Amino acid sequence: MTQEQKALLQKLGPFIALLVVCAGLSIASPDFLTMGNLLNVMRQVSINALIAFGMTLVILLGGIDLSVGSILALSSVLTAKLISALGLDPALATMIGILAGALMGAANGVVIAKGKVAPFIATLGTMTILRGLSLVFSEGRPVTGLNSDFFSMLGGGYVANLIPVPVIWMLLLFVVFWFVLKKTVFGRHVYAVGGNEEASRLSGLSVDSVKIWVYTISGAMSAMAGIILTSRLNSAQPTAGTGYELDAIAAVVLGGTSLTGGRGWIFGTLVGALLIGVLNNGLNLLGVSSFYQQVIKGVVILLAVLIDRGGKK
Amino acid sequence: MQIRMHDISKAFGPVRVLEGVAFTLSGGEIHALMGENGAGKSTLMKILCGVHQADAGEIGIDGQKVQIRSTRDAERLGIAIIHQELNLIPQLTVMENMFLGREPRRYGVIDRAKMKRDCLEYLALLGAGQIDPQTEAGLLSIGQQQMVEIAKALSLNAQVLIMDEPTAALTDREIELLFKIMHDLKARGVGIVYVSHRMEEIFQICDKISVLRDGQFVGERNIPETNFDEIVAMMVGREIGERFPGRTVAQGAVRLRVEGLADEGQISGIDFAVHAGEVLGIAGLMGAGRSEILKTLFGINRKSAGLVELEGIPLNIRKPQDAISAGIGFVTEDRKSQGLVLGMSVRENITLTNLHGYANSGVINGGSETQAVNEQIARLKIRTRDAELEVKSLSGGNQQKVVFAKWLEIKPKVLLLDEPTRGVDVGGKAEIYHIINELAAQGVAIVMVSSELPEVLAMSDRILVMHQGRQAGIFNARTATQESIMAAAAGGQ
Repeated sequence: MTQEQKALLQKLGPFIALLVVCAGLSIASPDFLTMGNLLNVMRQVSINALIAFGMTLVILLGGIDLSVGSILALSSVLTAKLISALGLDPALATMIGILAGALMGAANGVVIAKGKVAPFIATLGTMTILRGLSLVFSEGRPVTGLNSDFFSMLGGGYVANLIPVPVIWMLLLFVVFWFVLKKTVFGRHVYAVGGNEEASRLSGLSVDSVKIWVYTISGAMSAMAGIILTSRLNSAQPTAGTGYELDAIAAVVLGGTSLTGGRGWIFGTLVGALLIGVLNNGLNLLGVSSFYQQVIKGVVILLAVLIDRGGKK
Repeated sequence: MQIRMHDISKAFGPVRVLEGVAFTLSGGEIHALMGENGAGKSTLMKILCGVHQADAGEIGIDGQKVQIRSTRDAERLGIAIIHQELNLIPQLTVMENMFLGREPRRYGVIDRAKMKRDCLEYLALLGAGQIDPQTEAGLLSIGQQQMVEIAKALSLNAQVLIMDEPTAALTDREIELLFKIMHDLKARGVGIVYVSHRMEEIFQICDKISVLRDGQFVGERNIPETNFDEIVAMMVGREIGERFPGRTVAQGAVRLRVEGLADEGQISGIDFAVHAGEVLGIAGLMGAGRSEILKTLFGINRKSAGLVELEGIPLNIRKPQDAISAGIGFVTEDRKSQGLVLGMSVRENITLTNLHGYANSGVINGGSETQAVNEQIARLKIRTRDAELEVKSLSGGNQQKVVFAKWLEIKPKVLLLDEPTRGVDVGGKAEIYHIINELAAQGVAIVMVSSELPEVLAMSDRILVMHQGRQAGIFNARTATQESIMAAAAGGQ
């Protein structure tokens, strides 16, 4: 095998793992390989996938965003309040919600880029602040009263009575992210800054603005995930999204993106998110207790990363 | 003690790095090991000090066959290595570093008093008794850290010392001190392997030289019986022609004019002008403020006073972006941390400075990018199988050519070069000089900082000499000599 073939095989490792797990599950459970179940898995995965797409950019920069779950909650609460308390048009409220998430992300970016605070600390801080604010605005209670067909379609609807709307969101944004990373100047600059910030700055790149944009995008993606979740539950929970940052990071890392930055791809993240979703689903179908499910998920993540490491030596 | 490495072979995967290499080192001898990058010098030395194991061949010490399976084995046999990247732990003190892993103990706790005594003793052997054993190693200068490493090797009772590019980061004074220490060690019967690219140093300090090429042993010579040209021919396997290719360029108008330039404390009162097609060398001792001139011009360091004019128009440069849009490029001293994104491909590195030039509303046109990159690769003769290869897989000289290509992308009016041939082997150096000459011929104004005096003298039209942050004078390179430049750099007349 040549170096290139090896590299390709390694790059496709997560994808092969996904196929293996799917094959195993379709043998183990007759319910797994049905159109209905697969679409259901994709719908469940979509929220994590959207967050993980944004997280991929952040991790490509060598950063981390712990605040995604809190951004999800606060923008959900804000959107729901705009609709239920102010009677705003749901489409407008949705856009304002996503914009709010983007602004929260931009705040992360400014603190990290201009304030030179380590991303872990900066987003740990905003994670706590934004969680607190969503509890304040919602007075600690779920925000309900979202009587809007449009709004419930965003997360709960189906296209052609078959494909869940969130799956469409996920696939659409996958294509957008793929294009941005592969074909645009911005995408290239993300890789460059993540690979060597100093060399990028000395090559005339606006390093700060790349960083701020990336965290802004991460915030917007979290808000989008929040709106899908709110739509499906028909209410906004101030405690929603707790721990989602870890699932998103797991999806990104499973997909082969390096935590030290500069190396990775969005296809891997989609596969990583699907792998986690399929595992959850399969273990449920097999009736494995949820306690054991956690153990298995953790082991799979470690194994995947260890195999990845082994291949790099 | 005599070490004889015989018929050593080593492969990493499918790549054969060493094939039947021989190397002999006697006690009380300074033995240079030379070869282009990738010739196998480091691998050979890593086998000697137990980091790698040879696939075939044997190592004998005083006629006895030995096995060196780990660095511990090597230490026990009295073989120590001073790595190019120093290995001290910056947060630990000098003495903690020196006795790391073998701390003197008393009743089970570390005997700090003894540790300090012993540490001082070994430092004093090197005439470095002024280093406080209780300072954090990270606070010492690079030269001092190297002293500590050598003292550590002595404390291990090393009879063989391998030094990998020891002078790369030292000031001239530190180099002088290092050479004196090497002489002392030699007089005490220690054998030293000296790995370096600096030919002048090797002829100054070494007794013997062995040359490797493409993983094979080419030959051994006694220093007094050989010369520069023979060694170079051994290394590259061919005549490289002139070491410094000549240049005849008609200079144009003044391109860059600098008046009274100062930064926030390191340099002041810098005045010079560079013409189109001219190479202005900057010489001086380490720390004299040579690189700071370039960094200030490029907007990395803040300018506190002075005027910078490009083609008669005053510039206000506050960040690298400003310099780049004015048409100034900067080949930095540290290629790996400042020049390249090592994990990216040759193509991506080359177009990094000018990606917008190949894009429409932010979307890259892959075809025009690839075409431009291929042109650069052909023009600068960058040896890479494929533009998609990661730049870190290239040799030092070819990496440096990628850095040049990256700056050619902005069609520079002025190119700042900081040690443009550092870490580049002899063959690669000649090619870099050709590139510099060609750029000058195309009318680029070049400002070049270099620590290698022969390089500055041969490549420059005029030479600005720095002394303690101020400009000691500007010399015509045709009439200047190494002595006159050194005298000015040292503060004399």
